Amino acid sequence: MTALTDAAPARTYKAHAKPAWRRVLLTRESAIIAILILVIVVALATVRNFDSPLTVTYLLRDIAPILLIALPMTLIIITEEIDLSVASIVGLSSVMTGILTQAGVPFPLAALVAVLVGTIAGAFNGFLITVVGLPSLAVTIGTLALFRGIAVGLLGTTAITEFPEEWTDLAKANLPGTPIPMIMIPFVVLAIIFAVVLHFTPFGRSLYAIGLSKEAAAFSGIDVGRTKFLLFVVSGAVSGFAGVYFTLLYSNARGDNAMGMELQVIAAVLLGGVSIFGGRGALHGVIAGVLLIGTLGSALRLASVSSDIINVITGLLLIVSVVSSSLLAWLQVRRASAIGKRKGRADASSDPS
Amino acid sequence: MTATVTPTVQPGSSAASKLVKRIATARETGILVALLLVILFATISNPTFLFSGDGFRDLLLTPSLLLLVAVGSAIVIITRNVDLSVGSIVGLTAYLTGRLFIDIPGIPLIGVFVGGVLLGGLLGLINGSLVAFARVPALVITLGTMYVYRGINVAWTGSDRINASDLPPDFRALGTDRILGIPILTIIAVVVLVVAAWYLRNLRSGRELYAIGSDPAAAHLYGLRVTRRVIGAFVTSGALAGLAGVLYAARYGTVSSGAGFGWELQAIGAAVIGGVAISGGVGTVWGAAIGAFLLLTINRALPILGIDDFWQRAVVGVLILGAIVLDRVLAVRQHRRLIAQREETR
Repeated sequence: MTALTDAAPARTYKAHAKPAWRRVLLTRESAIIAILILVIVVALATVRNFDSPLTVTYLLRDIAPILLIALPMTLIIITEEIDLSVASIVGLSSVMTGILTQAGVPFPLAALVAVLVGTIAGAFNGFLITVVGLPSLAVTIGTLALFRGIAVGLLGTTAITEFPEEWTDLAKANLPGTPIPMIMIPFVVLAIIFAVVLHFTPFGRSLYAIGLSKEAAAFSGIDVGRTKFLLFVVSGAVSGFAGVYFTLLYSNARGDNAMGMELQVIAAVLLGGVSIFGGRGALHGVIAGVLLIGTLGSALRLASVSSDIINVITGLLLIVSVVSSSLLAWLQVRRASAIGKRKGRADASSDPS
Repeated sequence: MTATVTPTVQPGSSAASKLVKRIATARETGILVALLLVILFATISNPTFLFSGDGFRDLLLTPSLLLLVAVGSAIVIITRNVDLSVGSIVGLTAYLTGRLFIDIPGIPLIGVFVGGVLLGGLLGLINGSLVAFARVPALVITLGTMYVYRGINVAWTGSDRINASDLPPDFRALGTDRILGIPILTIIAVVVLVVAAWYLRNLRSGRELYAIGSDPAAAHLYGLRVTRRVIGAFVTSGALAGLAGVLYAARYGTVSSGAGFGWELQAIGAAVIGGVAISGGVGTVWGAAIGAFLLLTINRALPILGIDDFWQRAVVGVLILGAIVLDRVLAVRQHRRLIAQREETR
């Protein structure tokens, strides 16, 4: 009997073990990357002008703010929190950039203050969530309205469109000799920093721990409050930076800039395989998720499919991806329990004692 | 916080004093006082705010549509879910209403109402089924269906729009007529509100929604039909958004593809301001209704009080934050009091 119980776990383990290549290919992230590649290949083959450098430039320029904000959002959702206020911070930062530039403040200083305002907004979120102890969904629904309200209140319906040309040119410029916009440099730098922090440091692992169980994480010595506070501050800072870029790219500072972008960011992050229950997700999946939504939209627009159908497809993609992964998990549990039962019967018959 | 749902009974207090105490400590009272203060100050600044025929009508009419959606959102939030697709459902059913009148000349009004409510309920059923059966968080599912429903709406509408001339006069009259000085839309909204409040307070299935929201796992273990109740909450939310869509067409006459855009956040905001906890299990539809009124009344009051109405959203943000901070303070106090009581009885 003891011999049997010792042997059983090993055998069960063997029955479930998959070769390394299958484990890598069967992850959620790999699936999204595969779909992304498929979409690109199909679009290259069928959509006219999709292969033009201009398409690549416009695509990357337009999704750059979403790519940027998706980085901190990934970390926040992994800790089972959410930040709905990011697009409002983009709007607020855009308005600050505009007002200060109009008042004659040198542009770099105006941009710096705008990023700082975003950081303070993030700290305000973090304070209410970690110090006062409120749920992040409720707090950021409130600050979604508050930050947007301040942005709209400061400028009303007016828009500021005069910005130093050297800076707007920089926002629209490409890397010399390529169709890739300059904004990809800060994005790649940030993405590498975020990826290293999330996947290769104890701090990154502590985020997964918090997402899986806040209590267990706190017991194992992680300062849950400080960690979450930091994430919301970073989210505010990155959103502030995205706001400055947004303003320069379209030479337009308005209170309602980037309205509704929070939902696009969250949709992309969830599509990229981050679990809304926390504790699960990876940055390469998220980046692929943002690129997938962007590429699909750009290809369909070029194929003159209306943007409403693109919205329907985005929504369906999101639903199908989460439903299918929860269905797969359910099937896996069922199969595992079926194998367990069979094994139990087999063991019982071979060893009647 | 929970005191509003199950007031602590002090032995020896009379029914009248209990009632006074309950009203004074109810979470909804604070928000109602805030609403009355806003109306009071706006009326002092400009008496037409309340005392002209149009002023009184607008005060009741505009929030009535949001009230319906907010009641639905409150019911969903009480079960610890959230419905982000209601704004899109309002848009779809508002356009359906116009199309029904154009495509089926002479259709009875009741048929249009049934059509709108059925479509809304069906869309809610899709939300609820996906949430309940696929065990996917409502936030994700309704974020997806929000895009899908709005996309279908825009694709169906195109650049087309419903104009007031497309709608029969007796239907348009619904949006403006009054009985005893009270707009018909407001009467419809209040009837729905009373029914919903009565249901949540008195019926077993209504109470179960609170139990599910407080602790879904415990409710399941206890044998409550969690799946059925959650689907029911989403169907209700969808059907109420559908009703709001029909009334939207009656109220405004013109329906473009953008109808109801952004209402989901307003409805959730109204519920949160009214004391419905986003973490489920706590709150009343009364609170959500007062929240809806406060949200839209502030919008009209600000210019009268000499503040640009551009600041409305900032005020709303402060209100939402204030409401949830107050909830937190009350919950902490309640927790301390319960501990103290336990120590005493020991």
